[in-house]
Amino acid sequence: MSLAQVADYVPTELAVGRGGGGPAPTRIVVAYGFWIFLLSDIIMFSGMFAAYAVLSGNTAGGPSGRELFDLRNVFIETACLLFSSYTCGLGALSAERQRPDSFYLFAALTFVLGGAFLGIEISEFAGMVGRGAGPSRSAFLSAFFTLVGTHGAHVTTGLLWLAYMVAQVLVKGLRPHVLRRLLCFSLFWHALDIVWIGVMTLVYLMGAR
Amino acid sequence: MQQRRFSGSALHPTAASRRSGLRRLSACAALLLASCHQTGVLDPQGPIASQELLLLINTTEIMLVVVVPVILMALGFAWWYRSSNARAYHTTGLSYEGSIEFVVWSIPALVVILLAGVTWIGAHQLDPRAPIPVGAKPLRVDVVALDWKWLFIYPDQGIAAVNQLVIPAGTPVNFRLTSATVMNSFFVPQLGSQIYTMGGMTTHLNLLADRPGDYPGFSANFSGDGFSDMRFTAKAVAAGDFDGWVAKVRGAGSALDDPGYAELAKPSHAVPPATYRSVDPKLFDHIVEQTTQPAAQRAGG
Amino acid sequence: MLGKLSWAAIPFNEPLPLLSAAVVGIVALAVLAIITKKGWWPYLWNEWLTSVDHKRIGVMYFLLGLVMLLRGFSDAIMMRSQQAVAVGDAQGYLPPDHYNQIFSAHGTIMIFFVAMPFVVGLMNFVVPLQLGVRDVAFPVLNSVSFWLTASGALLINASLVIGNFARTGWMGYPPLSELGFSPDVGVDYYLWSLQISGVGTLLAGINMVTTILKLRAPGMTYFRMPVFCWTALAANMLIISAFPVLTATFAMLLLDRYLGMHFFTNEAGGNQMMYVNLFWAWGHPEVYILILPAFGVFSEVIATFSGKALFGYRSMVLATLAICVLSFMVWLHHFFTMGAGANVNAFFGIMSMIIAVPTGVKVFNWLFTLFHGSVRFTASVLWSIGFIVTFVIGGMTGVLLAIPPVDFVLHNSAFLVAHFHNVIIGGVVFGAMAGYNYWFPKAFGFTLDERLGKASFWCWLIGFYLAFTPLYVLGLMGMTRRLQHISDTSWQPLLLVAELGAVVIMLGILFQIAQLYVSIRTRDSRRDLTGDPWNGRTLEWATTSPPPAYNFAVMPEVEAIDAFWEMKRTGTAGIPPTYEAIEMPRNSPTGFVTAFFAVMIGFALIWQIWWMAEVGVLGAAVTALVFGWSENREFEIPADEVARRERAQLA
Repeated sequence: MSLAQVADYVPTELAVGRGGGGPAPTRIVVAYGFWIFLLSDIIMFSGMFAAYAVLSGNTAGGPSGRELFDLRNVFIETACLLFSSYTCGLGALSAERQRPDSFYLFAALTFVLGGAFLGIEISEFAGMVGRGAGPSRSAFLSAFFTLVGTHGAHVTTGLLWLAYMVAQVLVKGLRPHVLRRLLCFSLFWHALDIVWIGVMTLVYLMGAR
Repeated sequence: MQQRRFSGSALHPTAASRRSGLRRLSACAALLLASCHQTGVLDPQGPIASQELLLLINTTEIMLVVVVPVILMALGFAWWYRSSNARAYHTTGLSYEGSIEFVVWSIPALVVILLAGVTWIGAHQLDPRAPIPVGAKPLRVDVVALDWKWLFIYPDQGIAAVNQLVIPAGTPVNFRLTSATVMNSFFVPQLGSQIYTMGGMTTHLNLLADRPGDYPGFSANFSGDGFSDMRFTAKAVAAGDFDGWVAKVRGAGSALDDPGYAELAKPSHAVPPATYRSVDPKLFDHIVEQTTQPAAQRAGG
Repeated sequence: MLGKLSWAAIPFNEPLPLLSAAVVGIVALAVLAIITKKGWWPYLWNEWLTSVDHKRIGVMYFLLGLVMLLRGFSDAIMMRSQQAVAVGDAQGYLPPDHYNQIFSAHGTIMIFFVAMPFVVGLMNFVVPLQLGVRDVAFPVLNSVSFWLTASGALLINASLVIGNFARTGWMGYPPLSELGFSPDVGVDYYLWSLQISGVGTLLAGINMVTTILKLRAPGMTYFRMPVFCWTALAANMLIISAFPVLTATFAMLLLDRYLGMHFFTNEAGGNQMMYVNLFWAWGHPEVYILILPAFGVFSEVIATFSGKALFGYRSMVLATLAICVLSFMVWLHHFFTMGAGANVNAFFGIMSMIIAVPTGVKVFNWLFTLFHGSVRFTASVLWSIGFIVTFVIGGMTGVLLAIPPVDFVLHNSAFLVAHFHNVIIGGVVFGAMAGYNYWFPKAFGFTLDERLGKASFWCWLIGFYLAFTPLYVLGLMGMTRRLQHISDTSWQPLLLVAELGAVVIMLGILFQIAQLYVSIRTRDSRRDLTGDPWNGRTLEWATTSPPPAYNFAVMPEVEAIDAFWEMKRTGTAGIPPTYEAIEMPRNSPTGFVTAFFAVMIGFALIWQIWWMAEVGVLGAAVTALVFGWSENREFEIPADEVARRERAQLA
């Protein structure tokens, strides 16, 4: 055996802590894979953040963030979304502890809070479009609507998914594969929160100055 | 040393034919290179182009010092250690040797460090924005890429030309460039660096022609159907001849006014060289600004 | 009712595309007819189209790559012949309208639908076997990924017949690719087919990274993984990090084109430079996604056929990960001429050179694997040696182009074209061919004909040099790329040599087709009965050829690097163990159905047939919901059935 091979020689029983423990259990594999998907989604968002950063000053003679953003609404939206993350977490805990009634309650709260976020955002967009500040007015507005709108589309998908998961729990119960899917949903919902912090800071707080 | 062994019949047929095949190929390549007459990058007619060619040749030579032995080692090791060669020492061991590893990391690292220094210095010395350190007062030329021709405006002389760029030899030329449509790239290989031309933006370039001559120029960034004909000639003339040319242009041809420019801006292919006896000095700035307005768009691509 | 689609979309008045479309149509119909007549549909549906087996999916990817190679290569031959004749006053036989579509399609197809499927196909087939496991982490997702890639390929081929393709080059730079300058559906075909296949590729990347990091045989620590798995890990991490950027960029261009936004337009504040930056932020990692698995193939092939372990395993791993990280720091070298200034240009130039260091280390390590080895000259080894020689030259011209002032005179010239073909053909294509010859017996149970394989290699090698050496020279002489006709008649001899090279490569491809045909006809004389035709080192050779659906009846216990070599050395290979029940994933039509709706959505959006797009989205959503609800995605093979199958194989 060469020097390198001696150094590499780890008896199988000791290999467990060094990545040699064999294939991981399904729950870990699923969560890991989904988490990596979320990381890739965050990279997609970062492309849109970059575009926004580059184009935020290109208002082409049209309205800028300072004129358009209503920070009071933004704070309410943020509160709704952050709270919905909290209720989502409580719902996930209820599910893990096999308490379907709590789960339904927190799922409903999450849905309502997420819906409120979406409602405020849609009315904001509609207001801007109505004032002639739609996405085709300038590069700044294109970047704004795309970045914030993509986040909103993710929230919408999340709400549909949440409803779907509630249906699954109702029909199938809190069995292992349903719990795995709920885990994925929770990761998704919390990640959207993280992205929103970025949006709130870079777009609204810095844009309204 | 190894040359003797090549002629024996105990050679592995594949390796031998590969060797001779490659030798034939490299001979062809050398012949090709020698037979091509010097044009373009290989025939620099200005200091920028000369320095860039020198950089190219020097860095190639530096890298060949590593590349040629590597290629020889690849062919040599594969052939010498072929399984049918009883004279070679075959083993199943040797999968790690610290000294070899050290050399293996060091050689590319050293070459790269050397080239990195060359790159830093070269990039700064040959920065397109940098004015050419020559005594003469630079000539200013504004360049506009249109579909599919080049407009050259001489703001100090108040004239313009299409698809011909007349400049005095020995005088540095300071270009401001833009595009009225899509991205192009202004390039006269014998004079040196190219630079992109982009709508709504201004890029800068400095070139100098050492001696009189006609140097082909073209767009080096694909811009649509008429791209292949988007060629012009950069004519370097003696300094006195340049003033004469300017006077001649001022005396004939039409003016590049607004309707004239609107007509010129319409898509056209293979436009023959032409001149304009007067031009608005603000035309270039207007074009840069106008391109960002939702104005005329190409019909039909 | 049908959006922008009308009979005018079919090029009735243009003989060339019409003829090629007719030929493709007839061949496709003939194939479908033969399958129907021979009653192969149930077999195809059950064993291939709905398969979630990584081995089957890997084969389908590679097959897709081979088929699209024919299309991409036809484009290449047309380009070469046009440039060879359209010199001086001659206009050739391809007007600019067509020529511009052909070179755009050539680049797009070769990168996305030839090179990517080759590389992803090999990784799909080999990695789970080398890791000693049964399948990838998410088998149904794997099937979806393949079918989405195939959907993109189908859409691009549709553009040949229905409508036209982009006329912007394969990069699609705005403002040329914006609606104002490209009003027809060409750019939309480009964008939608790549968005759809991009989703597939991203999912495949997630799948593979999860598999490599979380699913390995017991005892296989990170440093006992084969080098091919390390390069696959690095490539897939790059896929996960880079493809979302492309998705975002194309989404922005689509929003510009469809909803009148202004990300990259000339007017209203759009910024075309941002597209170039974002595109290449994906584009540079993309070429490393292509080359790293090829490097892995060469590591495996050279080690196996030298009868020696790969030299410097740890530095190979380090070099691979270094390349992975560095590939994100060099993207600006694709546009030094945009005028970023000396400091920025110099930084990116130097970073691009630094990447040459780990690459050089790899080359030296391969050389020292051969050193004192016992080299057997199979076709795979020829491809590998050919690669080392060719890639080193291509790398050298790459470092040359990385020096900004040198790039200022060579950017977008024929020299650049020669450089990237040098590294992609010499690196990726040669790697794919080496891997193809190497793992073919594992996939199908018989080896490929060696003589025809070697003939094809020589044609590719000689053809490559004939085709691209003139382009290096022409670039130095001042020829730029993408020219539909050439004004300087003195360039014609070189262009004719380049065309000859393309013809020789075509001969190489014909030899490969012949190799496949002959090998299938004479397969009985070349059966691989041991599962280990090359005296291999890694775990895939511990299975039969082809392996059973479950790969390993009992998951191997790994004790060292080159696990199978170790098993052979200690005599533990092939000892019949005790068998347990095996859980296998069920086949699923999800992938195929998803692809069907993906094609519908893509086509509908391209032609702006909104109702069809809505139906497609609804269909895709229902498919997702049905899959998301499903249980019983696995079935069990009982222990005695496993034992029975294994004993039958060993007999």
